[in-house]
Order: sequence, then structure tokens, then C-alpha cells
Amino acid sequence: MREIQSNKITESVKKVVIEAATDLEDDILEKLKDAKDREKSELAGKALEILLLNAEIADKEKIPVCQDTGIAAVFVTIGQEVSVKGDLMAAVQEGVRAGYDEGYLRKSVCDPMTRVNTDTNIPAVVHFDIQTGDKIKVAFLPKGCGSENMSGLKMLPPSAGIPGVIDYVVETVHGAGSNPCPPVIVGVGLGGTFEKAAIMAKQALLRPLGEKNIREDVAKLESEILEKINRTGQGVHGLGGINTALAVHINTYHTHIASLPVAVNIQCHAHRHKEIVL
Amino acid sequence: MTELKRPALFDNLRNIKVPFEGGVVNTLKAGDLISLTGAIYTGRDQTHRRLCALLDEGKPLPIDLNGQLLYYVGPSPAKPGQVIGAAGPTTSYRMDSYTPRLLELGLLATLGKGSRSMPVREAMKKHGAIYMATIGGAGALLSKCIKKSELVAFADAGPEALFRFEVEEFPAVVINDLEGNDYYEMVSVRGRSQ
Repeated sequence: MREIQSNKITESVKKVVIEAATDLEDDILEKLKDAKDREKSELAGKALEILLLNAEIADKEKIPVCQDTGIAAVFVTIGQEVSVKGDLMAAVQEGVRAGYDEGYLRKSVCDPMTRVNTDTNIPAVVHFDIQTGDKIKVAFLPKGCGSENMSGLKMLPPSAGIPGVIDYVVETVHGAGSNPCPPVIVGVGLGGTFEKAAIMAKQALLRPLGEKNIREDVAKLESEILEKINRTGQGVHGLGGINTALAVHINTYHTHIASLPVAVNIQCHAHRHKEIVL
Repeated sequence: MTELKRPALFDNLRNIKVPFEGGVVNTLKAGDLISLTGAIYTGRDQTHRRLCALLDEGKPLPIDLNGQLLYYVGPSPAKPGQVIGAAGPTTSYRMDSYTPRLLELGLLATLGKGSRSMPVREAMKKHGAIYMATIGGAGALLSKCIKKSELVAFADAGPEALFRFEVEEFPAVVINDLEGNDYYEMVSVRGRSQ
């Protein structure tokens, strides 16, 4: 049994929290550059130029890409052969707290009843999963809520079929308009149960951009939905053009014979995500 | 702190002084990309809730909104030596239920991102106010256009407090003009007809 001290987890989480806020990963930067090269709308093209320049400034001067540094969504995958010495959940939460504090990141977490800000940005939303092996993987997604608020879930009847799924996803993105800061990334959870669909939709956002679902039929559906979304002409920040979405990622799971759950988790172009393996 | 060069991107933009002077607001049309220089106030969910609570209680507001521009933003904290942290727009529709009351007080312009409700659009038309959007998710770049930040009220609301910013060549797109045009709607209609 491999042992890991919980304070090591705290340190690693703190580090990714601070880095994720200012340094966009190559996958999103490449998508934005590609979008700018293909953009025909003058205003949308200017907006994309601003976004790329913004990413450069953020990285160079260590200013958050976006002031909404999010509520922390953390996916922890624990290998069966690892034993954590100490309180794992507390270690993750402390890493998030310290990262937001020391990184001068905005604290945006409040009580839903009183709306009083905790001023620490915790509690984070933490998901644990078990896998084989002796490693711990931590995926961090600071989720801005301009885009999170535009997400949706529908329990479709099986008779709606894949056309029903396509319509729901496209309509959710289209109905969101410029609110979620397009060009967006669309995470879709298809199948499972009510909560499984929602979690899959968020996990789909963690997949590197440009990577397709390994199932050919699902990959084809991803391309079809992306094309339909980009044909709406809403474009970057609702200013027109061909870049309403940069990618559609669909994760699937088996579902009940009576059910066809579909969840859509919308992510803004300030797609901050980092992963560490311990 | 290294002072960033002024983005060449904004070189040819029409620069407008804020608060707006004379009839300049009449000349702004939906779809115009402009830049703003001068003084503006900020506020988002909590500031709006509190301003309207003060109005409910018949108490005076901490600022006179007449003729002013209100920017929907909750900045990230400034590091030592910085004027402000990232300071891009937040989504405007969350302010929709409060905005008509503030327009009645003479608020002349709002700045955020995303579309406004019909009641807000009607109130803007009635009171002669406009709505503009700036680039969401460009908080680092936009922070460079803010030369001074001063806390005005509601300090305990943290990033949701009311600040006064001095801005220089702050980029904005006119979404709703005085004629009642809505730029997002214009784009959407164009998209559908293609």
C-alpha cells in the first residue's frame, strides 16, 4: 500500500488553484486562435483578438483571466492501492482555501439561504472516485457561473431519441445567447440517472479540447451538434459569426429502459482546467 | 509593476467621455464599438439589492445616479501595487429586476454582458438610457483600462461592493440604443436569415 500524506494533497491543490486562474492551457488557446483565423464577422474577430491578448496579459502578469475565478469543482480519483494519511476531504478544502487566498482570487461562494459570502471560497464541490492503481489524480475546474447558470437538464422520453437530444442541447446553448460568454464549450451527459447525467456533463468538460469520444457514433453526434450550434450565427459574445461553440463533448452511460436523461453543462471560453497526478 | 502598452486594437475606436456629456448618448447606435474614458460606478447583485432596499425604506442612496453609468462587475482582489485585479463584466440579466427603478432616478447607461429583459428595454426607452456590453472573460485586459478604483459603499459585500472607477479607453459595444434597437436581436435575425 502506497502512503500519501494529506498535506501533500493540500499543497498540490493550492498550486493548481493558483495556476489555473491565470494560465490557460494550450488546448483552449489553440481553439481560440483557430476561431480567430476562421472568423468572418469583424466585431466577433475583434472580440477574439481581445480574448487572446487577455490570455497573454493574464499569463505574463499573473492576473486572473476572468474576475470570476469560480466555485471550485474538484474531481479526485483515488487508486485502490493508495492510503491517505490524514483527512483527505479537509486536505482538498484547505488547498482550495489557501489557493484562493494566496493567489488573490475572488471569493465567490455564499450560503444559498442568506447569500452571505464565506470569504474563503470554500466549501469546494468535491467528487471522489475509486480506480485501480496507486496514484491519486486531482482534476480542478474553477467554474464561473455566468456559464454555469445557463446549463440545463432534461429527462427526455426515449421516444424523443437522438433528434430530441440534439434539439435540447442546441436549444439550451442558443437560448443562453451571449450570457455564458461564447464561444462556449458544451459538456453533455447522456444517459444514466438524473444526477449521473449532470456529473457526466461536467466531467465531459475536463476532456482535452479536440479529443473526441472514443465511440464513433457518439463522436459523430458531437460533430453534428457542434455544427448545428455554430450555424445559429450567434457567435462570439452574441456579436455574430461562426464561433458560438468551440467544442461539444458528450459522455454517455447506460440508462433505464424508460429514460433518456440529457444534461448540458455550459463552459465559457475562459476554460480554466488543470490536472495533477500524485 | 510593468505598465502594459495600450492595446493597438483600440486605436481607431471612437472615444467617449463618461459621464456622457450633452446629447452624445443620442449618437450611439446599436453595434457601435466604442471606448469610454472618465468616471463610472460599479455594482452587481448585492449592490443592486441594497440600493433598492434603501429606496424601499425611503432612505438616500450613497451616490446620485442621475446621468451616471453603472458597470456590472465584481473585481478580483488587487495584488500589492495593482490598481485592481481582473475586472470584466458579469451577466446583466441578474440586475434586470432592479434596473427600471434605477433608471427612474436618471441612470443613463448600464454596462455588462448578455441581453436585457423586455421590461428593462422598455424602461430604457422611456427614460432615454442605453445599455452596452463589454468583453466577458477579458478581465485581465480590462483591468488595464481602469486607472483608479475607490470603494464608495457596501464594503462588507466584498467584490459586490459599490466602487467608483476611473477608466481610460475602456472598450464597449452598444447593445440597446435610444431608438430601441437591440444588437443581439439584430445579429440573431441576420443569423436566421442566412
